[in-house]
Amino acid sequence: MGDMHRLSRRAFIVGSAAMAGGIAFGSCSEANQSAPTGNGNPLAAGLGPNAVTFNPWVEITPEKITLIAQHADIGQGVGSVQPIMIAEEMDLDPGQFEIRFAGPSPAYFNTGFADELAPFLAADQSPAAEEARAVALESLRKSGLQMTGGSSTVPDTYEKLRIAGAVARETLKAAAAKRSGVAVADIRTQSGAVILPDGTRIPYVELSAEAAKISPVLDAKPRDPSKWRLLGKPMTRLDVRSKVMGELKFGIDLKMDGMLFASVKLNPGKGQPLKSYDASKAQSMPGVKKILEIKNGVAVVATNSWYAMRAVEAIDCKWAPSAYPAEQADHWKALEASFKPEFLGKEWRKIGDIDAGLKDGTPVKAEYRAPYVAHQPLEPLNGVAVASDAGLEIWVGHQSPQAVQSIAAAAIGIKPEQVIFHNQWVGGSFGHRLEFENVRVLAEIANQMRGTPIKLVFSREEDFLQDIPRQISVARYTGSVKKGKIVAADLKLAGTAPFKGLLERMGSPSKDPDPQLAAGLWNVYYDIPNFRATSYEAQGLSPCTTWRSVGASTAGFFTESFIDELIHAAGADPMKARIEMCAVPTYRKVLETVAEMSNWKGPLGKGKGRGVAFVESFGTPTAEVVEVTVTDRGIRIDKVWVAVDVGKVMDPINFENQVQGGVIWGLGHAINCELTYAKGAAQQTNYNHHEAMRLYQCPDIEVRGLENDPKVRGVGEPPVPPAAPALANAIFAATGKRIREMPFNKFIDFV
Amino acid sequence: MIELTVNGTKHRVDVVPEMPLLWALRDELGITSPKYGCGVAQCGACTVQIDGKAVRSCQSRIGEVAGKSVVTIEGLDNRAAHPVLQAWIEHQVPQCGYCQTGQIMQAISLLELIPKPTDEQINEVMSGNLCRCGTYPRIRTAIHAAAAKMARK
Repeated sequence: MGDMHRLSRRAFIVGSAAMAGGIAFGSCSEANQSAPTGNGNPLAAGLGPNAVTFNPWVEITPEKITLIAQHADIGQGVGSVQPIMIAEEMDLDPGQFEIRFAGPSPAYFNTGFADELAPFLAADQSPAAEEARAVALESLRKSGLQMTGGSSTVPDTYEKLRIAGAVARETLKAAAAKRSGVAVADIRTQSGAVILPDGTRIPYVELSAEAAKISPVLDAKPRDPSKWRLLGKPMTRLDVRSKVMGELKFGIDLKMDGMLFASVKLNPGKGQPLKSYDASKAQSMPGVKKILEIKNGVAVVATNSWYAMRAVEAIDCKWAPSAYPAEQADHWKALEASFKPEFLGKEWRKIGDIDAGLKDGTPVKAEYRAPYVAHQPLEPLNGVAVASDAGLEIWVGHQSPQAVQSIAAAAIGIKPEQVIFHNQWVGGSFGHRLEFENVRVLAEIANQMRGTPIKLVFSREEDFLQDIPRQISVARYTGSVKKGKIVAADLKLAGTAPFKGLLERMGSPSKDPDPQLAAGLWNVYYDIPNFRATSYEAQGLSPCTTWRSVGASTAGFFTESFIDELIHAAGADPMKARIEMCAVPTYRKVLETVAEMSNWKGPLGKGKGRGVAFVESFGTPTAEVVEVTVTDRGIRIDKVWVAVDVGKVMDPINFENQVQGGVIWGLGHAINCELTYAKGAAQQTNYNHHEAMRLYQCPDIEVRGLENDPKVRGVGEPPVPPAAPALANAIFAATGKRIREMPFNKFIDFV
Repeated sequence: MIELTVNGTKHRVDVVPEMPLLWALRDELGITSPKYGCGVAQCGACTVQIDGKAVRSCQSRIGEVAGKSVVTIEGLDNRAAHPVLQAWIEHQVPQCGYCQTGQIMQAISLLELIPKPTDEQINEVMSGNLCRCGTYPRIRTAIHAAAAKMARK
């Protein structure tokens, strides 16, 4: 695609209009955050005597050093890598500092969303693209949006945390210079202390009072990566030991004096109200303290979570019907009827003459489907809160601190700044902890139980019923091939809009087309002379939200399966053809690497098959090869090879774990999971109905991280999208059967 | 009042006898390493030992546990040097970590039964323990590593 640059410029004109309209986060800049103090550093307000803070990420008192993790740890390891980036520059060793999650503040706005919001392909490094990213960055700065998501933690913090650490280091050196009269140039730092030329060691904590009296050395530069002690090298994640020992406290493990336990039953027709209820049976059940009516359901407060869950289950509720179709078949019908101009999201990209291209050569046509899927991290939705006349204090693991404030406040009629939020270690999210079901009802319950700390725990069944799922989507793709090459690809999909849904529930509705419906659809890097990518947004269906890798989790499957179909129709090798067509040199390298890792040499025969897929999501190009064997018990997934280019691998062991986990997430749900509606309620209410992958189905997964991309990229989500198409393509290679709908186990058996 | 021994300490809890052990441990005794994941023996996050056997504490009624000895990960003998926990740390198995105490308690029980398990045997015993983050490859590696450590002792 030699015309990528020109096309991108055209996209920019459209995109910048969207940006000027405050694309996403306009209203987040309103009063839903505490006013920053001390030059915008929220740590300044709570600082004790003789303590110092250099920036929003470093705090030193005479007793201890605390490093602030602004992104929520939902299992992806950022509770470790964020402080390590600071520690690297401060010459701190693991164990010499404490970690605290950030409170809500615009000081922690996420710069990492800039690339995702600018309407340019990730591989486009043109000045116009960079200019658009700069505009997006300013809009993010203005909004002050603090959010974990979009695989953005490392892209967001790579520069700013290393600079934060460098500023702390240089300021501590300056304080030591002032005390000792030695020139700064002759002072060094090591292992949590400033070292004077005569070898005298002054621990940082002893310098806090003096460092507080001088101006921070703001022009401090982070070190060259070649000097790193910790980053980029095998290290032990800071949370591993306490997790293995069973000592780490997740949000669900918190305990407060006088605390009572609550559980809820909410309208399974998501978001609709309660009509009436009969709690006579629950009233007299053991442990029950109180039965409460809340906005869209009922709650029981009891002396034990199990008593609360059991009693709430015994309440007979009459619900208002769901706003979306009660039966699943009608969801599919609505999607099928959405390929019409009135549902147009956007024509994201057009190259060449698509109509002429489609008439040239052998036509190929296919329809693909992806169902709703639930998130279901193992730690169910929960939280602890206590309400008083002053407001609400809430302890909950969440990816959007400011939105927790505004949602909780709105639920009980107070101001966002009256909500004090404490983030918690989270037992998995996958997008679940970007939503607010637990936050809203916990605020309501605590408000009705003023003065009593309340721990809310959703039963697994309730968590499934209230899970706002991944988008449902149908793709109708047409293309043509001629003389062994792809001549045209016209990619159209209809889906529910996950990102717009989230924004709306956050109180920032957007009229712009959902960019996540373009992910995996428009960012195709193959040299196809006639190409078009169009999204349609289905209306009136289930609310949907971001699910690990979001739009690319479905469109990546559609697109890379269809590309495989085209390559097959053209009579070419799936790997060689992709490598030849790939228009971005660094991305081609990712494909070449996975070919080399898997020793790709064409068909395997003997009941074995291999499939390859390549998807760039969140700026991270990822290629996967899946190898399967046909057995008498079904398809066995033997091995997966993955190559990922993140520009810089910060934490190599966790990197591998994340990539393997992403592959397992992608494969497991593609094989085994769907969420369907009957009578307006999700039919899957526990893991036996929605199993994803268990150990016995898990293949060997070999991972290689590349560092060729000019930018530092995230890795939490990008390994997910290629997994499903690589598997479907492998099954085709082994059996000749093309599976075009998830979950695959509806069409073929797996071991 | 129901009396039970947890990690060598006697406790009395005033709850109905049908309460699952899990909830007595978590909400009555404040022992939070056993996790609530599913409540129906589908995930294994609540796994503890009762009289030396790995069980799902969400399925054991407290009334039936009375008088028995319950061990959670906090109560393992010589925990810091335990070969299974050591292997879990060395291979950095956890991501979110929520399922891991259950995985470890199950793995300990597996290795007591089969000191040198094959991948097939690991699959069979460990597939009842769900990990949503996908740490399975590391669970396999850590179990083999722990088996090797235990064989050396």
